[in-house]
Amino acid sequence: MTTQPGEAQVTPRPSALARLGSLGPLLGLGALMIVATLLNPDFLTLSNLSNVLTRAAFIGIIAVGATFVIISGGIDLSVGSMAALIAGSMILIMNAVSPGVGTFGIIALGMLCALLIGAGAGLLHGTVITRGRIEPFIVTLGTLGIFRSVLTYLSQGGSISLGNDLSDAYSPVFYGKLLGIPIPILVFAAVALLGGLILNRTRYGRYVQATGSNEQVARYAAVNVTQVKIITYVIQGLCVALATLLYVPRLGSASPSTGLLWELEAIAAVIIGGTALKGGSGRIWGTVVGAILLVTIENVLNLTSIISVYLNAAVQGVVIIIVAFMQRGKKVG
Amino acid sequence: MQQLKNLALLSLTLLASAALAQTKQVMGVSIPSADHGWTAGIVYWANQTKAELEKQYPGLTVIVKTAKDSNEQANQIQDLSAVNKINALVILPQESAPLTRPVGNLQKKGVFTVVVDRALTDPTAQNAYVAGDNPGLGKVSGEYVGKTLGGKGNVVVLRGIATVIDNQRVDGFESVLKAKYPNVKILDKQYANWNRDDGFKVMQDYLTRFPKIDAVWAQDDDIAVGVLKAIQQAGRSDIKFVLGGAGMKEMIKKVQDGDPLITADVTYPPTMIRDAMRLTAKSIMTKTAMPKSTIIPSTLVTKSNAAKFYYPDSPF
Repeated sequence: MTTQPGEAQVTPRPSALARLGSLGPLLGLGALMIVATLLNPDFLTLSNLSNVLTRAAFIGIIAVGATFVIISGGIDLSVGSMAALIAGSMILIMNAVSPGVGTFGIIALGMLCALLIGAGAGLLHGTVITRGRIEPFIVTLGTLGIFRSVLTYLSQGGSISLGNDLSDAYSPVFYGKLLGIPIPILVFAAVALLGGLILNRTRYGRYVQATGSNEQVARYAAVNVTQVKIITYVIQGLCVALATLLYVPRLGSASPSTGLLWELEAIAAVIIGGTALKGGSGRIWGTVVGAILLVTIENVLNLTSIISVYLNAAVQGVVIIIVAFMQRGKKVG
Repeated sequence: MQQLKNLALLSLTLLASAALAQTKQVMGVSIPSADHGWTAGIVYWANQTKAELEKQYPGLTVIVKTAKDSNEQANQIQDLSAVNKINALVILPQESAPLTRPVGNLQKKGVFTVVVDRALTDPTAQNAYVAGDNPGLGKVSGEYVGKTLGGKGNVVVLRGIATVIDNQRVDGFESVLKAKYPNVKILDKQYANWNRDDGFKVMQDYLTRFPKIDAVWAQDDDIAVGVLKAIQQAGRSDIKFVLGGAGMKEMIKKVQDGDPLITADVTYPPTMIRDAMRLTAKSIMTKTAMPKSTIIPSTLVTKSNAAKFYYPDSPF
């Protein structure tokens, strides 16, 4: 494939004013944290903040992948089901090879299989969507059902649990700490950094934005749109697999309720973070803030009981809309 | 040769079935598909009992069907009646209201209808009712928590999904505490949606918020799995025990093995489908009446009786 120089012009750098204005989600998170601390000072304890960030890691890592898909003009509704299927398959594979190979080898093999399944599922999505010319909404809605029912079939509706010894050996991946920071948070940070680099500092990243902004123009500019799109779904699949690698050691089991509605949370994190649902432009740090914000709302609701538990979902809805509004208002100003 | 033998065998069977035609009965069993642990248990026990009953009563055919929602289930029981010509229907409805009329229609056609777990909104549409005891589960749990704490302490409650079932359990639990153990204080009640992940999250936040918790009532074994992990992670030693519910085999095993935190469990057994099928089969095959209402009590499982409730082959 030949590529043209000067593709950087596809997305001009935003002006200083727009950059300041785009801080909406961060301001929203800041405000929420102040309210949370006023309601319950325990919110600001190190252990609680680390709980919140660790929880945000699952949705956050998936949402980094979703940012690529959405910027390129696509959507992936299957991520929650995919996570469940990967978790279940991974546990079954690890249990199956359990005798023989050493514990470390089994875990490495399980992780490798998880990444392969994730990348494979992404490749399948991308290929069917681009070469098969079917709307991404429909393709991934289809696989949403397929992935989850395959898991339900594998687990006979119950749960799939990792053997006790393996579970103990694997658990540090979730519960362990490096330099005092829980591993899921470190992985989340690394994924976000890498995602930001790819999106903003590489040719591929600019192609993704060009494709989402105007597919025809990108095609005329000799961007291999098909390939660019397929790769976004592979990135998404890999991100889901990575999140699953961290999820499995937490409870050591997968069940049909694993990853339920994660797709909505991931997409919400992306949009709250300031990425346009119609594609074309977006930012990884926004997505990270979006994911943390969603988890924080839930955390605050559990830490206080001023609002009836029946209204939890309503509070979440209100906060999401307010943050989205703040962001919109700033942009216009 | 082999073929001839098969043919002879086949004609023999046909003759035999013709002779049995008068006592031949068909029982349809319509249950939710296995979408979580408890329903997986229901599907398992329905199929186990089908084999058991067909062996016990040679003239009886049992057809087990699963449905993923009320709509599919309504179509399914119509087919069971029209195509399979069932004489009796044992149904665990996905939801009560939308299935009341379809079950009523079958009853009008002469099908003996037995409803399990979730009563129909019009009780005249069911010939018999077999169910677990949700308020009882709450009361037995409340009694255990109150007694084990010696009538004093702080308890956190993790609820299921906002439904009648959940309300009945929580009301039962609170009524016992209020009446008999007024010094046991409920710190908070949050929904954990009967799943492990939410159990983990809600418990993490309880641990942040309350420095001293004496006991956790999770009312469900899946939630309890998440609760245990959260306690383990936080390294807290103030919690004396965690009480789940339903009777998941992993939890029963823990009780049996003398786990320090899982000291007991309260049953809400999926074997209720087996009881309903047995009672129905007996009633139609021996032409005897079946009790109008059978309530299967929620039993406290402790180390001494756990072996009786442990089914290693069941998925739940």
